[in-house]
Amino acid sequence: MSADHPPVRRYRPPAPLGGRRRATGSPAGRNTKALLFLAPALIVLGLFVVWPMISALRLSFTDASGFGREEWVGLENYAAVFTDPDILNAVTNTVLYTVLFTPTAVIAALGLALLLNSPRMPFRSFFRTALFVPFVVSFAVAAFAWSYLIDPQVGLVNYWLRGMGIRMGNVLEDPTWAMPMVAFVAVWKLFGFYFVIFLAGLQDIPNSLYEAARMDGAGPWSRLRNITLPMLSNTMAFVLVFATIAALQAFDQIYVMTGGGPYGNTQTVVMEIYESGFRKLDIGFASALSYVLLVATLILSLVQFVFFGRREKDLS
Amino acid sequence: MSALGGTLTTARRRLRELRPSTVLATLALVVVSAIVLLPIAIIVLTAFKPAGEVNAFPPSLLPDTWTLDNLKEVTSELPFARLIGNSFLFAGGVTAFALVFDSLAAYALARIDFTGRKVLLVAIIATLMIPFQATLIPLYQLVADLGWVNTYAGLIAPRAADAFGIFFLRQFFLALPRDIDAAARMDGAGEFRIFRSVVLPNAMPALLTLGLFTFVNNWNDLLWPLVFTTDAEMGTITSGLTLLTGPSGIVPHGVMMAGSLIAIVPLVVAFLFVQRRFIENIATTGLK
Repeated sequence: MSADHPPVRRYRPPAPLGGRRRATGSPAGRNTKALLFLAPALIVLGLFVVWPMISALRLSFTDASGFGREEWVGLENYAAVFTDPDILNAVTNTVLYTVLFTPTAVIAALGLALLLNSPRMPFRSFFRTALFVPFVVSFAVAAFAWSYLIDPQVGLVNYWLRGMGIRMGNVLEDPTWAMPMVAFVAVWKLFGFYFVIFLAGLQDIPNSLYEAARMDGAGPWSRLRNITLPMLSNTMAFVLVFATIAALQAFDQIYVMTGGGPYGNTQTVVMEIYESGFRKLDIGFASALSYVLLVATLILSLVQFVFFGRREKDLS
Repeated sequence: MSALGGTLTTARRRLRELRPSTVLATLALVVVSAIVLLPIAIIVLTAFKPAGEVNAFPPSLLPDTWTLDNLKEVTSELPFARLIGNSFLFAGGVTAFALVFDSLAAYALARIDFTGRKVLLVAIIATLMIPFQATLIPLYQLVADLGWVNTYAGLIAPRAADAFGIFFLRQFFLALPRDIDAAARMDGAGEFRIFRSVVLPNAMPALLTLGLFTFVNNWNDLLWPLVFTTDAEMGTITSGLTLLTGPSGIVPHGVMMAGSLIAIVPLVVAFLFVQRRFIENIATTGLK
């Protein structure tokens, strides 16, 4: 697949400065050049990402509501975030959603990538394309289609399952099953993306490793455990971090399918941010909640990178 | 499609060397693909079903009679040509700007040694972890202060560069062999000429991949056009569709699916055209 392309190496450390130089000229000249290249993107990111981020941090210490002057309230919003029972509910739901979504999507993607990486499989291109198609469909459209498919009256999936003796009932109104359902829609939409990234990672593993293992008499299971999975740990870290971020920011399909119900059982943290910020106009509280989510995301991502990133280093 | 022909020939060759485990795995893949493609099928097929069949019990996958009523109805309820045009302008505009700005920044981060490069890279990656809803209120205020609500500028400018694109292209530029620009440097080419005539032509797969990504994500974005446009004429196809499902609007499933079909057709067609290259490109870029 990548025969016409130079082998790709990631995270190559910069060439030693004494050796081949990547740019001619003095350090000051290089800084000026770099700045010219960076300026357009940095202006956009600074103005439309960093500045609003700082604004949001400031707002999180105020009682801003979109009208009139905002008063400084110190840590009040943060105290409210940590004591509000609705927030506790949203955090619990978001953790549940993440636990349902992330392993399912990642394992499905990895399993299918392992299958479709094997040259023995027929119709490989067809399957690869089919599995990736949902990624180009918007969450909103995905939510319309799945809601119709599982409609208790006229839903096709509902009807088929009934034929097999499984009664689904009204899934989106069911306190137990609404959350697994919206998580499933996210798996459907996103796993194809992770699948392609795993395929790419698999193609980077040198064949010589497998040949050596075969000579030593290692079976397929042992090759998977001792070569494939360790060599994929960098890819795994990348996919896990992106899948976790996607899970922690769940919003679109839930907004369309359940609106957070039934009884707040699919209410997530980002739904709560949206509701407090845009419906109740409690902007200070919404900003504080966003920052708590941001810090939680950062910590989780770091843990995953440290845990999975190190294993590959141990190997080399 | 010649791709399909090629698949069939190789498949025939492989049929001879099939093992039971391969047959089982293939069956499993057929089932998984059917489940994965079912919602797409239901959108396409329901869009052409008469209203009576859409709500009939027992439900069926295929229409008995095919009709264009749903498509006619949805195009009369929404200014579809305008919305599709807005979607192309918005998603296309963001993609064009982001590709230029991201690749410039990525080039500096990958191939120029400057002070504070690592710190800047980490800072750029850190912005990826901000939930977009967290900065939406101050961002809206900023766009409103600029007088850009309900304008293409307001929709496009805030996304004219993005951290993911910069990181993605940096990984790719890093992987390009160091010596490809040696000859140009020897000829005394400046940094910008090396970027434009050596690095960019070698980065076409990455640019195509990132371009499709950016286009798809913006085309599909719901909250962004909902927030930055209040005039229905300035909305996109994705945000326009939700007007049909509003709290008051109980729109027939057939009409909804017709609207969904119109929204996904351009993307699915574009994707099928480039899919072979696209999936391979992800494989060869630094995204892993």
